[in-house]
Amino acid sequence: MMQNDGNALFGHKLGVVVSGSLTHGIDVKLDGSASVEDMAVGRYVTIKGQKRRFFGMITDVTLGVVDEQINVSPADASDSFLAEVLSGTITFGTLHVLPMLTIGGGVVGVEDAPQPVKTIPSHFSAVEVSSQRDVESVFGKEDDKKFFIGTPLDMEVKICLDLQEFVKRSNGIFGKSGTGKTFLTRMLLIGMLQKSSAVNLVFDMHNEYGWEGRSETGYKVKALKQLFPEKVAVFTLDEESSRRRKVSTDAVVRIGYDEIEPEDIALLRQTLNLTENAVEASYQLARRYGDRKWIQTCLNMENNAETQAILESMNIHEATFRNLRRGLESIKRLAFLTEKNGENAVDRILKYLDSGMNVVLEFGRYTDLTAYILVANLLSRRIYNQYRERTERALGEEAKPPRPLVITIEEAHKFLNPEVANQTIFGTIAREMRKYNVTLLVVDQRPSGIAEEIMSQIGTKITCLLDNEKDIDAVLTGVSGKNELRSVLSRLDAKQQVLIFGHSVPMPVVVRTREYGSAESLKSFSSLGVAEKGKQVEKDIEDLWK
Amino acid sequence: MTEQHKVGEVIEACSTDFTAQCYELYRSPALGSLVKTRFELQGTDVQDAWLYGIVYQAQTASGDPGRRPIARGKEAQDEEEIYRDNPQLMKLLKSDFSVVVVGFKEGERIYQYLPPRPARIHGLVIPCTDEEVKQFSRSFDFINLLLKSRLEIPVEELVGAALRSMAQVYEAEKHAFLVSAGKELAGLLSADYAQLKAILKGLKNDAK
Ligand SMILES: Nc1ncnc2c1ncn2[C@@H]1O[C@H](COP(=O)(O)OP(=O)(O)OP(=O)(O)O)[C@@H](O)[C@H]1O
Ligand SMILES: [Mg+2]
Repeated sequence: MMQNDGNALFGHKLGVVVSGSLTHGIDVKLDGSASVEDMAVGRYVTIKGQKRRFFGMITDVTLGVVDEQINVSPADASDSFLAEVLSGTITFGTLHVLPMLTIGGGVVGVEDAPQPVKTIPSHFSAVEVSSQRDVESVFGKEDDKKFFIGTPLDMEVKICLDLQEFVKRSNGIFGKSGTGKTFLTRMLLIGMLQKSSAVNLVFDMHNEYGWEGRSETGYKVKALKQLFPEKVAVFTLDEESSRRRKVSTDAVVRIGYDEIEPEDIALLRQTLNLTENAVEASYQLARRYGDRKWIQTCLNMENNAETQAILESMNIHEATFRNLRRGLESIKRLAFLTEKNGENAVDRILKYLDSGMNVVLEFGRYTDLTAYILVANLLSRRIYNQYRERTERALGEEAKPPRPLVITIEEAHKFLNPEVANQTIFGTIAREMRKYNVTLLVVDQRPSGIAEEIMSQIGTKITCLLDNEKDIDAVLTGVSGKNELRSVLSRLDAKQQVLIFGHSVPMPVVVRTREYGSAESLKSFSSLGVAEKGKQVEKDIEDLWK
Repeated sequence: MTEQHKVGEVIEACSTDFTAQCYELYRSPALGSLVKTRFELQGTDVQDAWLYGIVYQAQTASGDPGRRPIARGKEAQDEEEIYRDNPQLMKLLKSDFSVVVVGFKEGERIYQYLPPRPARIHGLVIPCTDEEVKQFSRSFDFINLLLKSRLEIPVEELVGAALRSMAQVYEAEKHAFLVSAGKELAGLLSADYAQLKAILKGLKNDAK
């Protein structure tokens, strides 16, 4: 059993409550023995009220003096005796603490479920660094539903996410570039494939989830399929790139022009530099020539009088048509597009998902946004439609509803910005929660680009460091204790530290995310898989880490 | 407590302080030291009642207020010679010391506030042992009594002397003792940083 000595401060009385309010949090005067320099925003404290214990988070640290005169003639820093006496008395530190939950009836050992706070502790209640036990009673222990995601600051306690709850809503992972979004997403995907009943479909723009990823320092890290070959299939849009990277792929995805719909074009408006009118024209053309034929027809139209007559009859300006056509031409250049779709990628993906396999679609060399937006939207739309149909059928008849599905997309603001969120399938999925058993995991470095209405539907937000004010605002919209969390959020470490809040955690929590990459760390992820299987598998896996 | 430790006898007393005369000339307890004298608790059956005080003043003068000492050493080699040549001096001169009352003890309990009754005249005054000093200084409430007392001696000096004197018995924990005492002071003098600083400066060297 791990002891609390992971945290030298554990159990130490830090100070006493001196003022505060439920809405703005409470102020704690630090005892002289507790140095402000040991405090950190995001750390947990337990407050022993008269009737109950409160669990809260440090959101600010300030310095105060009782007598302003000390600022006029400050103590000589070299006089350590004077400094020692003054600290905590005349000069003192104040912690600002946001109480979040009440635990127990004040009696240690009574394990009531944590409740949201409705009041605050009384004056002079003692404040301590939370014990491992308190943290565990709030966040629960690792089990077959709860996934160990990391540890709180300065504490060796596991913070666990209830992934069964997690996948019931759409969720978001945010953070500026290089803060660990990809590493975290990979880890969560592993968690979900182990501990939730959902299957995942990942649109893997940079080829880092399926087979292997790379760290910034250049070493390779194993990704899903290498770790869980029996649970993960890698699909690729770019066979050649996958082969070069020695990825064992399960299928090559081709997309036919006839599968592209005006909605896809609408989504690509900015990326392809199309005018509003051009997008409008695509809807008209599709109506006239049919969803399946309009693109080919458009591309085949020659620059002649006949074409002009047709355009005129539809009231499409010539410049508009040229604009649209130029856009379609650049789509056409994507080599994974075929004139006619020989094999239906959607069916294939669905077959895997139905059998409980998780699917990662690699984009290979198509790392530009056009390909990503087009493919992710197109495939998701059709898969979603299937899901909707099946769920509705399941409601009516006795058929089984499809397995819950989580779709992971990166650069989410491209799909969910206010301009397009109403038109895209992703907007629909986010808004509908999991009516049809599909939810999203959005990964984005610019959350301010995502429509507010969508943001508010996101169940659990996991955010790495953000430094742009607008992004911070966007992520925290509608969260209670916003100002306090803002100061926590903007002070996260640049890597491997996240703030988690929302549906699947009882209170906002700052976590140092679990290490991902070393053989040792990867082993810990697969422990569940090993327990399920026989010795041989165990040995195989053993070999795999080498 | 055996009588051989007694250093003087109360000759004047009120609720807040008392004055005692030394049995031996110049043998007054040090400034700031803790002394005790028995007192009577009426209406209780507690036998062991002591009154605690801190020495804040010591003086030596002629035992007869009408007769001032005169200079005698013109021919003498040194001071000692004067006393050798005039043995009567030891009888004529008297050393007194004054004590501010800082609490009392009833049975095993120590209270750091003024006792219900003052010391009795002729009460024997006995310096406290190290153990007693430790016991007494477990609480710092007496510091407030000192700060509030109106004596001829500046309170900064008195508090400093008292704490330095108590610190001696703590040996290895001397520093910790002075820091906690300092913190108590800081709480009491939070509105008077200048006075606080003056006292702390006086403790600094002992806190090394
Ligand atoms: N949990 C972790 N374990 C080990 N290393 C990590 C972890 N999280 C982040 N890192 C380190 O931080 C680096 C950046 O992480 P990552 O690639 O996930 O950032 P990102 O937010 O996805 O960046 P970008 O926006 O550029 O895609 C990684 O290469 C890795 O070295
Ligand atoms: Mg990334």
